[in-house]
Amino acid sequence: MTVQTGIHSISAARRAKDRFVQVLVYLSFALAVIPLLSVLWLVVGNGLKRFDLTFLTHSMRNIGATDPGGGAYHAIVGTLEQVLLASLIAVPIGLLTAVYLVEYGNGGRLSRIISFFVDVMTGVPSVVSGLFILAFWILILGMTYSGFAGALALSILMMPVVVRSAEEMLRLVPHELREASYALGVPKWRTIVKVVLPTAFTGIVTGVMLAVARVAGETAPLLLTVFITDSINTDPFDGPQMGLPLYVFDQAQRPTNTAIDRAWTGALTLILIVMLLNLVARLIAWWRSPAKRGS
Amino acid sequence: MAKQIEVSELDAYYGSHKAIEGISMTIEPRSVTAFIGPSGCGKSTFLRTLNRMHEVIPGARVEGKVRLEDQDLYGQDVDPVSVRRTIGMVFQRPNPFPTMSIFDNVAAGLRLNGRFSRSELEGVVEDSLKGANLWNEVKDRLGKPGAGLSGGQQQRLCIARAIAVQPQVLLMDEPCSALDPISTLAIEDLISKLKQEYTIVIVTHNMQQAARVSDKTAFFNLAAQGQPGKLVEMDETSKIFTNPAEKATEDYITGRFG
Repeated sequence: MTVQTGIHSISAARRAKDRFVQVLVYLSFALAVIPLLSVLWLVVGNGLKRFDLTFLTHSMRNIGATDPGGGAYHAIVGTLEQVLLASLIAVPIGLLTAVYLVEYGNGGRLSRIISFFVDVMTGVPSVVSGLFILAFWILILGMTYSGFAGALALSILMMPVVVRSAEEMLRLVPHELREASYALGVPKWRTIVKVVLPTAFTGIVTGVMLAVARVAGETAPLLLTVFITDSINTDPFDGPQMGLPLYVFDQAQRPTNTAIDRAWTGALTLILIVMLLNLVARLIAWWRSPAKRGS
Repeated sequence: MAKQIEVSELDAYYGSHKAIEGISMTIEPRSVTAFIGPSGCGKSTFLRTLNRMHEVIPGARVEGKVRLEDQDLYGQDVDPVSVRRTIGMVFQRPNPFPTMSIFDNVAAGLRLNGRFSRSELEGVVEDSLKGANLWNEVKDRLGKPGAGLSGGQQQRLCIARAIAVQPQVLLMDEPCSALDPISTLAIEDLISKLKQEYTIVIVTHNMQQAARVSDKTAFFNLAAQGQPGKLVEMDETSKIFTNPAEKATEDYITGRFG
Protein backbone atom coordinates (compact mmCIF):
# COMPACT_ATOMS: atom_id res chain seq x y z
CA MET A 1 0.00 0.00 0.00
CA THR A 2 1.38 3.38 -0.92
CA VAL A 3 0.92 6.45 1.16
CA GLN A 4 -0.85 9.14 -0.85
CA THR A 5 0.79 12.50 -0.73
CA GLY A 6 -0.19 15.84 -2.15
CA ILE A 7 -3.64 17.32 -2.60
CA HIS A 8 -6.28 14.92 -3.89
CA SER A 9 -10.04 14.52 -3.80
CA ILE A 10 -11.92 13.00 -0.85
CA SER A 11 -11.84 9.23 -1.17
CA ALA A 12 -15.03 7.30 -1.80
CA ALA A 13 -14.62 5.41 1.47
CA ARG A 14 -14.53 8.62 3.49
CA ARG A 15 -17.50 9.98 1.59
CA ALA A 16 -19.45 6.80 2.40
CA LYS A 17 -18.49 6.92 6.07
CA ASP A 18 -19.54 10.55 6.23
CA ARG A 19 -22.94 9.74 4.70
CA PHE A 20 -23.39 6.75 6.99
CA VAL A 21 -22.75 8.73 10.17
CA GLN A 22 -24.93 11.57 8.93
CA VAL A 23 -27.83 9.18 8.39
CA LEU A 24 -27.26 7.68 11.85
CA VAL A 25 -27.39 11.11 13.48
CA TYR A 26 -30.61 12.03 11.68
CA LEU A 27 -32.14 8.68 12.61
CA SER A 28 -31.35 9.02 16.29
CA PHE A 29 -32.71 12.55 16.25
CA ALA A 30 -35.97 11.28 14.76
CA LEU A 31 -36.04 8.48 17.32
CA ALA A 32 -35.73 11.02 20.12
CA VAL A 33 -38.40 13.30 18.70
CA ILE A 34 -41.02 10.62 17.97
CA PRO A 35 -41.99 10.00 21.63
CA LEU A 36 -42.13 13.74 22.31
CA LEU A 37 -44.39 14.40 19.34
CA SER A 38 -46.61 11.42 20.06
CA VAL A 39 -47.10 12.50 23.67
CA LEU A 40 -47.94 16.03 22.58
CA TRP A 41 -50.24 14.72 19.85
CA LEU A 42 -52.13 12.45 22.25
CA VAL A 43 -52.42 15.00 25.05
CA VAL A 44 -53.48 17.84 22.79
CA GLY A 45 -55.85 15.63 20.77
CA ASN A 46 -57.57 14.15 23.79
CA GLY A 47 -57.26 17.16 26.05
CA LEU A 48 -58.81 19.80 23.79
CA LYS A 49 -62.23 18.12 24.13
CA ARG A 50 -62.74 19.49 27.63
CA PHE A 51 -60.35 22.47 27.50
CA ASP A 52 -62.99 25.12 28.12
CA LEU A 53 -63.86 27.90 30.55
CA THR A 54 -65.81 25.59 32.84
CA PHE A 55 -62.77 23.38 33.20
CA LEU A 56 -60.53 26.29 34.13
CA THR A 57 -62.96 27.94 36.55
CA HIS A 58 -64.77 25.08 38.31
CA SER A 59 -63.77 22.44 40.82
CA MET A 60 -65.01 18.86 41.12
CA ARG A 61 -67.18 19.55 44.16
CA ASN A 62 -70.46 17.60 43.96
CA ILE A 63 -69.60 16.22 40.57
CA GLY A 64 -69.69 12.46 40.16
CA ALA A 65 -67.51 10.42 37.89
CA THR A 66 -70.23 10.02 35.28
CA ASP A 67 -71.34 13.67 35.34
CA PRO A 68 -70.19 15.89 32.50
CA GLY A 69 -68.75 19.32 33.39
CA GLY A 70 -66.54 19.81 36.39
CA GLY A 71 -63.07 21.21 36.18
CA ALA A 72 -59.59 21.53 37.60
CA TYR A 73 -59.66 25.02 39.08
CA HIS A 74 -58.85 23.61 42.53
CA ALA A 75 -55.98 21.59 41.07
CA ILE A 76 -54.56 24.55 39.12
CA VAL A 77 -54.63 26.75 42.22
CA GLY A 78 -53.08 23.94 44.27
CA THR A 79 -50.27 23.24 41.79
CA LEU A 80 -49.39 26.92 41.44
CA GLU A 81 -49.31 27.41 45.22
CA GLN A 82 -47.35 24.26 45.92
CA VAL A 83 -44.76 24.90 43.21
CA LEU A 84 -44.43 28.54 44.27
CA LEU A 85 -43.91 27.59 47.92
CA ALA A 86 -41.47 24.84 46.97
CA SER A 87 -39.51 27.33 44.85
CA LEU A 88 -39.49 29.88 47.67
CA ILE A 89 -37.88 27.26 49.89
CA ALA A 90 -35.58 25.52 47.42
CA VAL A 91 -34.28 28.39 45.27
CA PRO A 92 -32.73 30.53 48.04
CA ILE A 93 -31.20 27.52 49.80
CA GLY A 94 -30.02 26.02 46.52
CA LEU A 95 -28.58 29.29 45.25
CA LEU A 96 -26.76 30.03 48.51
CA THR A 97 -25.37 26.50 48.55
CA ALA A 98 -24.07 26.96 45.01
CA VAL A 99 -22.52 30.32 45.95
CA TYR A 100 -20.83 28.66 48.92
CA LEU A 101 -19.51 25.79 46.81
CA VAL A 102 -18.12 28.03 44.07
CA GLU A 103 -17.01 31.15 45.93
CA TYR A 104 -16.16 30.08 49.45
CA GLY A 105 -15.72 26.30 49.52
CA ASN A 106 -12.36 26.20 47.71
CA GLY A 107 -12.70 22.42 47.44
CA GLY A 108 -12.37 22.04 51.22
CA ARG A 109 -13.77 19.21 53.32
CA LEU A 110 -17.16 20.84 53.94
CA SER A 111 -17.71 21.66 50.28
CA ARG A 112 -16.83 18.09 49.28
CA ILE A 113 -19.31 16.74 51.82
CA ILE A 114 -22.02 19.10 50.57
CA SER A 115 -21.27 18.14 46.98
CA PHE A 116 -21.57 14.48 47.86
CA PHE A 117 -24.93 14.90 49.57
CA VAL A 118 -26.28 17.01 46.73
CA ASP A 119 -25.44 14.10 44.44
CA VAL A 120 -27.19 11.72 46.81
CA MET A 121 -30.23 14.00 46.89
CA THR A 122 -30.36 14.06 43.10
CA GLY A 123 -30.84 10.31 43.18
CA VAL A 124 -33.58 10.23 45.81
CA PRO A 125 -36.78 8.83 44.25
CA SER A 126 -39.61 11.33 44.52
CA VAL A 127 -41.79 8.97 46.54
CA VAL A 128 -39.09 8.80 49.20
CA SER A 129 -39.14 12.55 49.70
CA GLY A 130 -42.94 12.28 50.04
CA LEU A 131 -42.58 9.49 52.58
CA PHE A 132 -40.04 11.51 54.52
CA ILE A 133 -42.36 14.50 54.83
CA LEU A 134 -45.27 12.18 55.65
CA ALA A 135 -43.27 10.54 58.42
CA PHE A 136 -41.59 13.67 59.77
CA TRP A 137 -44.05 16.50 59.23
CA ILE A 138 -47.39 14.73 59.42
CA LEU A 139 -46.85 11.69 61.63
CA ILE A 140 -44.14 12.89 64.06
CA LEU A 141 -44.91 16.64 64.23
CA GLY A 142 -48.63 15.94 63.90
CA MET A 143 -49.33 18.47 61.14
CA THR A 144 -52.27 17.99 58.78
CA TYR A 145 -52.11 17.11 55.12
CA SER A 146 -51.61 20.41 53.35
CA GLY A 147 -50.26 22.09 50.26
CA PHE A 148 -47.33 23.26 52.36
CA ALA A 149 -46.40 19.69 53.29
CA GLY A 150 -46.42 18.93 49.56
CA ALA A 151 -44.25 21.98 48.91
CA LEU A 152 -41.76 20.70 51.48
CA ALA A 153 -41.55 17.36 49.69
CA LEU A 154 -41.20 19.09 46.30
CA SER A 155 -38.50 21.43 47.61
CA ILE A 156 -36.39 18.40 48.56
CA LEU A 157 -36.55 17.33 44.93
CA MET A 158 -35.90 20.82 43.59
CA MET A 159 -32.93 21.70 45.74
CA PRO A 160 -30.25 19.48 44.16
CA VAL A 161 -31.32 20.49 40.67
CA VAL A 162 -31.05 24.17 41.60
CA VAL A 163 -27.68 23.65 43.32
CA ARG A 164 -26.16 21.76 40.42
CA SER A 165 -27.36 24.07 37.67
CA ALA A 166 -26.52 27.26 39.60
CA GLU A 167 -23.08 25.84 40.45
CA GLU A 168 -22.39 25.12 36.77
CA MET A 169 -23.43 28.63 35.82
CA LEU A 170 -21.39 30.33 38.57
CA ARG A 171 -18.30 28.36 37.54
CA LEU A 172 -18.74 29.65 34.00
CA VAL A 173 -18.30 33.24 35.18
CA PRO A 174 -14.69 34.10 34.26
CA HIS A 175 -12.34 34.58 37.18
CA GLU A 176 -11.08 37.80 35.53
CA LEU A 177 -14.40 39.48 36.25
CA ARG A 178 -14.13 38.75 39.95
CA GLU A 179 -10.55 40.06 39.93
CA ALA A 180 -11.60 43.18 38.04
CA SER A 181 -14.17 43.84 40.71
CA TYR A 182 -11.76 43.17 43.61
CA ALA A 183 -9.23 45.48 41.97
CA LEU A 184 -11.80 48.28 42.13
CA GLY A 185 -11.93 47.83 45.88
CA VAL A 186 -15.25 46.02 45.90
CA PRO A 187 -15.69 43.56 48.79
CA LYS A 188 -16.15 39.90 47.95
CA TRP A 189 -19.83 39.70 48.90
CA ARG A 190 -20.71 42.73 46.78
CA THR A 191 -18.71 41.28 43.92
CA ILE A 192 -20.81 38.13 44.16
CA VAL A 193 -24.10 40.01 44.40
CA LYS A 194 -23.41 42.71 41.81
CA VAL A 195 -21.06 41.06 39.31
CA VAL A 196 -21.07 37.26 39.55
CA LEU A 197 -24.79 36.60 40.03
CA PRO A 198 -25.96 39.07 37.34
CA THR A 199 -23.48 37.56 34.88
CA ALA A 200 -24.83 34.06 35.58
CA PHE A 201 -28.44 35.24 35.88
CA THR A 202 -29.79 33.89 32.59
CA GLY A 203 -28.34 30.45 33.20
CA ILE A 204 -29.57 30.34 36.77
CA VAL A 205 -33.11 31.25 35.68
CA THR A 206 -33.02 28.44 33.12
CA GLY A 207 -31.85 26.01 35.79
CA VAL A 208 -34.59 27.08 38.20
CA MET A 209 -37.19 26.63 35.45
CA LEU A 210 -35.93 23.11 34.77
CA ALA A 211 -36.30 22.36 38.46
CA VAL A 212 -39.82 23.83 38.49
CA ALA A 213 -40.77 21.83 35.43
CA ARG A 214 -39.46 18.72 37.08
CA VAL A 215 -41.44 19.04 40.30
CA ALA A 216 -44.62 20.45 38.72
CA GLY A 217 -45.37 17.00 37.34
CA GLU A 218 -44.59 15.01 40.49
CA THR A 219 -47.49 12.90 41.72
CA ALA A 220 -46.19 10.45 44.29
CA PRO A 221 -44.89 12.90 46.94
CA LEU A 222 -48.08 14.95 46.70
CA LEU A 223 -50.25 11.88 47.14
CA LEU A 224 -48.59 11.28 50.51
CA THR A 225 -48.52 14.87 51.72
CA VAL A 226 -51.24 16.95 50.05
CA PHE A 227 -53.83 14.19 49.82
CA ILE A 228 -56.71 14.65 47.42
CA THR A 229 -59.79 16.80 47.46
CA ASP A 230 -62.57 17.71 45.06
CA SER A 231 -63.13 21.14 46.60
CA ILE A 232 -61.36 24.43 46.22
CA ASN A 233 -58.88 25.02 49.04
CA THR A 234 -56.86 28.17 48.46
CA ASP A 235 -55.07 27.94 51.81
CA PRO A 236 -51.92 25.86 51.29
CA PHE A 237 -51.29 25.72 55.04
CA ASP A 238 -54.53 24.06 56.09
CA GLY A 239 -56.13 20.85 54.93
CA PRO A 240 -55.87 18.70 51.82
CA GLN A 241 -55.37 20.44 48.50
CA MET A 242 -55.33 19.27 44.93
CA GLY A 243 -52.62 19.44 42.33
CA LEU A 244 -52.80 18.88 38.59
CA PRO A 245 -50.78 15.65 38.63
CA LEU A 246 -53.02 14.38 41.44
CA TYR A 247 -56.04 15.45 39.45
CA VAL A 248 -54.90 13.50 36.41
CA PHE A 249 -54.13 10.50 38.60
CA ASP A 250 -57.50 10.72 40.36
CA GLN A 251 -59.64 11.25 37.26
CA ALA A 252 -57.86 8.64 35.17
CA GLN A 253 -58.69 6.01 37.78
CA ARG A 254 -62.42 6.60 37.44
CA PRO A 255 -64.01 4.25 34.92
CA THR A 256 -66.08 6.69 32.90
CA ASN A 257 -65.35 8.58 29.71
CA THR A 258 -66.22 11.95 31.22
CA ALA A 259 -63.62 11.45 33.96
CA ILE A 260 -60.98 10.22 31.54
CA ASP A 261 -61.55 13.23 29.31
CA ARG A 262 -61.01 15.44 32.33
CA ALA A 263 -57.75 13.63 33.07
CA TRP A 264 -56.45 14.34 29.55
CA THR A 265 -57.40 17.99 29.82
CA GLY A 266 -55.68 18.12 33.22
CA ALA A 267 -52.49 16.81 31.61
CA LEU A 268 -52.78 19.37 28.82
CA THR A 269 -53.26 22.16 31.36
CA LEU A 270 -50.18 21.03 33.26
CA ILE A 271 -48.07 21.07 30.11
CA LEU A 272 -49.38 24.52 29.23
CA ILE A 273 -48.60 25.88 32.70
CA VAL A 274 -45.02 24.59 32.58
CA MET A 275 -44.61 26.01 29.08
CA LEU A 276 -46.01 29.35 30.21
CA LEU A 277 -43.64 29.48 33.17
CA ASN A 278 -40.74 28.70 30.83
CA LEU A 279 -41.84 31.48 28.53
CA VAL A 280 -41.99 33.93 31.42
CA ALA A 281 -38.49 32.87 32.50
CA ARG A 282 -37.20 33.37 28.95
CA LEU A 283 -38.74 36.82 28.88
CA ILE A 284 -37.12 37.74 32.20
CA ALA A 285 -33.76 36.46 30.97
CA TRP A 286 -34.13 38.35 27.71
CA TRP A 287 -35.17 41.51 29.46
CA ARG A 288 -32.15 41.31 31.76
CA SER A 289 -29.60 40.48 29.09
CA PRO A 290 -27.33 43.24 27.80
CA ALA A 291 -27.77 42.05 24.22
CA LYS A 292 -31.25 43.51 24.26
CA ARG A 293 -29.75 46.98 24.15
CA GLY A 294 -27.93 46.03 20.95
CA SER A 295 -24.21 45.87 20.51
CA MET B 1 -2.55 62.29 45.11
CA ALA B 2 0.21 60.05 43.80
CA LYS B 3 2.19 58.27 46.48
CA GLN B 4 5.48 56.49 46.81
CA ILE B 5 5.65 52.74 47.32
CA GLU B 6 8.44 51.17 49.30
CA VAL B 7 8.94 47.42 49.28
CA SER B 8 11.38 45.65 51.57
CA GLU B 9 12.41 41.99 51.64
CA LEU B 10 9.22 40.70 50.05
CA ASP B 11 8.61 36.97 49.48
CA ALA B 12 5.47 35.62 47.85
CA TYR B 13 4.26 32.03 47.92
CA TYR B 14 1.74 29.87 46.11
CA GLY B 15 1.09 27.21 48.73
CA SER B 16 4.54 25.90 49.53
CA HIS B 17 6.09 27.13 46.29
CA LYS B 18 8.09 30.33 46.71
CA ALA B 19 7.45 32.44 43.60
CA ILE B 20 9.51 35.52 44.40
CA GLU B 21 12.17 36.16 47.00
CA GLY B 22 13.76 39.07 48.77
CA ILE B 23 12.51 41.92 46.65
CA SER B 24 13.19 45.46 47.82
CA MET B 25 12.55 48.57 45.77
CA THR B 26 11.19 52.08 45.86
CA ILE B 27 8.61 53.14 43.31
CA GLU B 28 8.54 56.89 42.81
CA PRO B 29 5.31 58.88 42.59
CA ARG B 30 4.25 60.57 39.32
CA SER B 31 6.45 58.33 37.28
CA VAL B 32 6.20 55.15 35.26
CA THR B 33 8.05 52.11 36.53
CA ALA B 34 8.36 49.16 34.15
CA PHE B 35 8.96 45.54 35.17
CA ILE B 36 10.67 43.39 32.57
CA GLY B 37 11.98 39.85 32.62
CA PRO B 38 11.41 36.38 31.17
CA SER B 39 8.08 34.56 31.61
CA GLY B 40 7.60 32.97 35.01
CA CYS B 41 10.09 35.23 36.77
CA GLY B 42 7.43 36.63 39.09
CA LYS B 43 6.83 40.10 37.63
CA SER B 44 3.06 39.72 37.65
CA THR B 45 3.12 38.01 41.04
CA PHE B 46 5.11 40.89 42.46
CA LEU B 47 2.75 43.41 40.87
CA ARG B 48 -0.21 41.65 42.44
CA THR B 49 1.37 41.77 45.89
CA LEU B 50 1.42 45.57 45.63
CA ASN B 51 -2.37 45.83 45.97
CA ARG B 52 -2.98 42.58 47.81
CA MET B 53 -4.53 40.87 44.79
CA HIS B 54 -2.04 38.04 45.23
CA GLU B 55 -3.89 36.61 48.21
CA VAL B 56 -7.12 36.27 46.21
CA ILE B 57 -5.69 33.02 44.86
CA PRO B 58 -6.33 30.15 47.33
CA GLY B 59 -3.17 29.21 49.20
CA ALA B 60 -1.24 32.32 48.19
CA ARG B 61 0.53 34.38 50.85
CA VAL B 62 3.12 37.09 51.26
CA GLU B 63 5.97 37.78 53.68
CA GLY B 64 7.73 41.11 53.99
CA LYS B 65 6.69 44.72 53.89
CA VAL B 66 5.00 47.00 51.39
CA ARG B 67 4.60 50.61 52.46
CA LEU B 68 2.50 53.24 50.73
CA GLU B 69 4.08 56.45 52.08
CA ASP B 70 3.84 55.78 55.82
CA GLN B 71 1.25 52.96 55.77
CA ASP B 72 2.09 49.29 55.93
CA LEU B 73 -0.21 47.57 53.42
CA TYR B 74 0.24 44.21 55.12
CA GLY B 75 -0.34 45.55 58.64
CA GLN B 76 -2.40 43.54 61.12
CA ASP B 77 -5.63 45.49 60.84
CA VAL B 78 -5.38 46.74 57.25
CA ASP B 79 -8.46 45.95 55.16
CA PRO B 80 -7.31 44.52 51.80
CA VAL B 81 -10.44 45.97 50.20
CA SER B 82 -9.32 49.49 51.14
CA VAL B 83 -5.84 48.76 49.75
CA ARG B 84 -7.33 47.80 46.40
CA ARG B 85 -9.47 50.91 46.42
CA THR B 86 -6.31 53.00 46.79
CA ILE B 87 -4.18 51.03 44.34
CA GLY B 88 -6.03 50.26 41.12
CA MET B 89 -5.22 47.58 38.60
CA VAL B 90 -5.56 46.98 34.86
CA PHE B 91 -5.26 43.42 33.62
CA GLN B 92 -3.68 41.71 30.68
CA ARG B 93 -6.92 40.91 28.95
CA PRO B 94 -9.61 43.57 28.79
CA ASN B 95 -12.34 42.47 31.19
CA PRO B 96 -15.32 44.83 31.12
CA PHE B 97 -18.33 43.57 33.05
CA PRO B 98 -20.46 41.85 30.39
CA THR B 99 -23.79 42.65 32.01
CA MET B 100 -23.11 46.37 32.20
CA SER B 101 -23.25 49.23 29.71
CA ILE B 102 -20.24 51.44 28.99
CA PHE B 103 -21.53 53.97 31.50
CA ASP B 104 -22.20 51.35 34.18
CA ASN B 105 -18.76 49.81 33.67
CA VAL B 106 -17.02 53.08 34.40
CA ALA B 107 -19.38 53.86 37.27
CA ALA B 108 -19.07 50.33 38.68
CA GLY B 109 -16.30 51.09 41.15
CA LEU B 110 -18.24 53.98 42.65
CA ARG B 111 -21.63 52.34 42.49
CA LEU B 112 -20.46 49.13 44.11
CA ASN B 113 -18.81 51.07 46.92
CA GLY B 114 -21.39 53.59 47.93
CA ARG B 115 -24.25 55.86 46.97
CA PHE B 116 -23.80 58.54 44.38
CA SER B 117 -26.33 60.73 42.60
CA ARG B 118 -26.81 60.35 38.87
CA SER B 119 -25.25 63.75 38.17
CA GLU B 120 -22.17 62.97 40.28
CA LEU B 121 -21.77 59.69 38.41
CA GLU B 122 -22.21 61.39 35.05
CA GLY B 123 -19.44 63.83 35.91
CA VAL B 124 -17.04 61.09 37.03
CA VAL B 125 -17.82 58.88 34.03
CA GLU B 126 -17.20 61.73 31.58
CA ASP B 127 -13.94 62.74 33.30
CA SER B 128 -12.69 59.15 33.47
CA LEU B 129 -13.53 58.40 29.85
CA LYS B 130 -11.82 61.63 28.79
CA GLY B 131 -8.88 60.68 30.97
CA ALA B 132 -8.69 57.35 29.18
CA ASN B 133 -8.93 59.00 25.73
CA LEU B 134 -12.15 57.14 25.02
CA TRP B 135 -14.81 59.81 25.49
CA ASN B 136 -15.04 60.93 21.86
CA GLU B 137 -15.43 57.38 20.63
CA VAL B 138 -18.21 56.34 23.00
CA LYS B 139 -20.02 59.49 24.13
CA ASP B 140 -23.00 58.76 21.86
CA ARG B 141 -23.43 55.19 23.01
CA LEU B 142 -22.84 55.16 26.75
CA GLY B 143 -25.88 52.91 27.18
CA LYS B 144 -24.52 50.17 24.91
CA PRO B 145 -22.79 47.10 26.39
CA GLY B 146 -19.10 47.55 27.13
CA ALA B 147 -18.39 44.12 25.63
CA GLY B 148 -19.39 45.47 22.21
CA LEU B 149 -16.30 47.68 21.92
CA SER B 150 -13.09 46.68 20.13
CA GLY B 151 -10.25 45.14 22.15
CA GLY B 152 -8.30 48.39 22.39
CA GLN B 153 -11.39 50.35 23.35
CA GLN B 154 -12.27 47.73 25.96
CA GLN B 155 -8.83 48.07 27.50
CA ARG B 156 -9.18 51.85 27.64
CA LEU B 157 -12.63 51.30 29.15
CA CYS B 158 -10.99 49.19 31.85
CA ILE B 159 -8.46 51.96 32.47
CA ALA B 160 -11.31 54.48 32.72
CA ARG B 161 -13.02 52.13 35.17
CA ALA B 162 -9.83 51.90 37.24
CA ILE B 163 -9.21 55.67 37.38
CA ALA B 164 -12.87 56.45 38.12
CA VAL B 165 -12.34 55.48 41.76
CA GLN B 166 -9.37 57.91 41.89
CA PRO B 167 -6.66 55.53 43.05
CA GLN B 168 -3.24 56.80 44.08
CA VAL B 169 -1.37 54.12 42.20
CA LEU B 170 -2.25 52.33 38.97
CA LEU B 171 -0.84 48.85 38.36
CA MET B 172 -0.90 47.52 34.80
CA ASP B 173 -0.25 43.88 34.06
CA GLU B 174 0.81 43.65 30.40
CA PRO B 175 -1.99 46.00 29.37
CA CYS B 176 -1.12 45.91 25.66
CA SER B 177 -0.21 42.29 25.07
CA ALA B 178 -3.63 41.47 23.61
CA LEU B 179 -3.84 44.61 21.47
CA ASP B 180 -2.82 45.69 17.96
CA PRO B 181 -0.07 48.32 17.45
CA ILE B 182 -2.50 51.23 17.02
CA SER B 183 -4.39 50.45 20.23
CA THR B 184 -1.04 49.92 21.94
CA LEU B 185 0.05 53.38 20.85
CA ALA B 186 -3.20 54.84 22.21
CA ILE B 187 -2.61 53.16 25.56
CA GLU B 188 1.03 54.26 25.69
CA ASP B 189 -0.01 57.86 25.03
CA LEU B 190 -2.51 57.47 27.78
CA ILE B 191 0.14 56.16 30.18
CA SER B 192 2.39 59.16 29.62
CA LYS B 193 -0.60 61.41 30.23
CA LEU B 194 -1.69 59.55 33.38
CA LYS B 195 1.73 59.75 34.99
CA GLN B 196 1.15 63.46 35.64
CA GLU B 197 -1.31 62.39 38.31
CA TYR B 198 -0.65 58.77 39.21
CA THR B 199 2.12 56.48 40.23
CA ILE B 200 2.15 53.91 37.47
CA VAL B 201 3.68 50.45 37.48
CA ILE B 202 3.58 48.45 34.26
CA VAL B 203 4.58 44.87 33.56
CA THR B 204 5.55 44.33 29.95
CA HIS B 205 7.17 41.77 27.69
CA ASN B 206 7.79 44.39 25.09
CA MET B 207 11.19 45.95 25.70
CA GLN B 208 10.58 48.82 23.28
CA GLN B 209 7.46 49.61 25.22
CA ALA B 210 9.37 49.68 28.49
CA ALA B 211 11.95 51.96 26.89
CA ARG B 212 9.25 54.23 25.43
CA VAL B 213 6.98 54.75 28.40
CA SER B 214 8.92 54.20 31.61
CA ASP B 215 11.15 56.39 33.72
CA LYS B 216 12.59 53.52 35.71
CA THR B 217 12.93 49.89 34.80
CA ALA B 218 13.29 46.87 37.02
CA PHE B 219 14.67 43.63 35.61
CA PHE B 220 13.50 40.37 37.19
CA ASN B 221 15.03 36.99 36.62
CA LEU B 222 15.11 33.52 38.11
CA ALA B 223 18.20 31.46 38.65
CA ALA B 224 16.64 28.28 37.30
CA GLN B 225 13.22 26.77 36.59
CA GLY B 226 11.46 26.13 39.92
CA GLN B 227 13.62 28.68 41.76
CA PRO B 228 11.99 31.84 43.08
CA GLY B 229 12.23 34.97 40.93
CA LYS B 230 14.46 37.81 42.08
CA LEU B 231 15.01 41.44 41.30
CA VAL B 232 18.28 41.66 39.40
CA GLU B 233 18.54 45.41 39.15
CA MET B 234 16.50 48.56 38.98
CA ASP B 235 17.60 51.87 37.59
CA GLU B 236 16.77 54.74 35.26
CA THR B 237 15.31 53.26 32.08
CA SER B 238 17.93 54.96 29.92
CA LYS B 239 20.68 53.41 32.01
CA ILE B 240 19.17 49.93 32.00
CA PHE B 241 18.86 49.96 28.24
CA THR B 242 22.25 51.45 27.46
CA ASN B 243 24.60 50.57 30.25
CA PRO B 244 23.18 48.04 32.70
CA ALA B 245 25.21 47.14 35.77
CA GLU B 246 24.51 43.41 35.56
CA LYS B 247 25.54 41.02 32.81
CA ALA B 248 22.18 39.18 32.98
CA THR B 249 20.28 42.38 32.25
CA GLU B 250 22.43 43.11 29.24
CA ASP B 251 22.01 39.56 27.94
CA TYR B 252 18.24 39.78 28.30
CA ILE B 253 17.91 43.19 26.71
CA THR B 254 20.13 42.36 23.78
CA GLY B 255 18.11 39.21 23.20
CA ARG B 256 20.75 36.70 24.20
CA PHE B 257 18.21 34.80 26.30
CA GLY B 258 14.56 34.92 27.39
